[in-house]
Amino acid sequence: MKFTLLINEGPYQHQASDTAYQFAKAAIARGHEIYRVFFYNDGVNNATRLAIPPQDDRNITENWAALAKEHDMDMVVCIAAAQRRGMLDADEAERQGKDAHNIHPAFRISGLGQLVEGGIQSDRLLTFGD
Amino acid sequence: MSDDIKKFMFVNTKAPYGTVYALESLEVVLISAAFDQDVSLAFCDDGVFQITKNQNTEGSGMKNFSPAYKALGDYDINKLYVEKESLEERGLTLDNLMDLTYEDEDDDWAEKPSIKLVTRAELADLMDQQDVVISS
Repeated sequence: MKFTLLINEGPYQHQASDTAYQFAKAAIARGHEIYRVFFYNDGVNNATRLAIPPQDDRNITENWAALAKEHDMDMVVCIAAAQRRGMLDADEAERQGKDAHNIHPAFRISGLGQLVEGGIQSDRLLTFGD
Repeated sequence: MSDDIKKFMFVNTKAPYGTVYALESLEVVLISAAFDQDVSLAFCDDGVFQITKNQNTEGSGMKNFSPAYKALGDYDINKLYVEKESLEERGLTLDNLMDLTYEDEDDDWAEKPSIKLVTRAELADLMDQQDVVISS
């Protein structure tokens, strides 16, 4: 089955991203396909490359990045939600005249249409969040 | 499957202010209109407050985005299901909600109400008929 995952909550504050990650891993292990992971609301903060969680804790962003790399998984951060919250990639930082960028290269920035398109193309769209 | 029209329902359960969920949900709804899908909205729990009349955010410094709901009809989004029990539990009636309408192209562009009052059980049935349910 083909899944799109929608993650609406930020890392560490909320377990939504962890649960989605565990789901994605389990689904792939069972032969399913993750068509796209879409990060929205505070979920965009999962894409920060600057987080430094304690050594003995999980690193949510790196976990996602590793899984995406291993399975060529598409991870999209909503541009509107990201801009509001100061989440920028290098291109966007330059375009907006900002002096820094913080989005991990495993994620790409795009529009909300990617969420709707994920819903159209997938057999199931699952929401993780409140 | 990719060429078929899917039924999308956006379920709104939270008050318009206090958290960003309502505003950012509406942003997805407006984008979804560009994809020629069968889109509906549901309002239940505190979500019914999202479409109440006379919202005024002056004192709180929040952006009053309620006028945007009035544009939904122009985007062919004209199925706004409001859960009857949620309204009643909050002491609200249809009169407390904005007058949200659309022009029916199949009926000589007659102006019709977009809001449809449904019971909790009916809303459950409607959700069951959807291909994609996105709630917040």
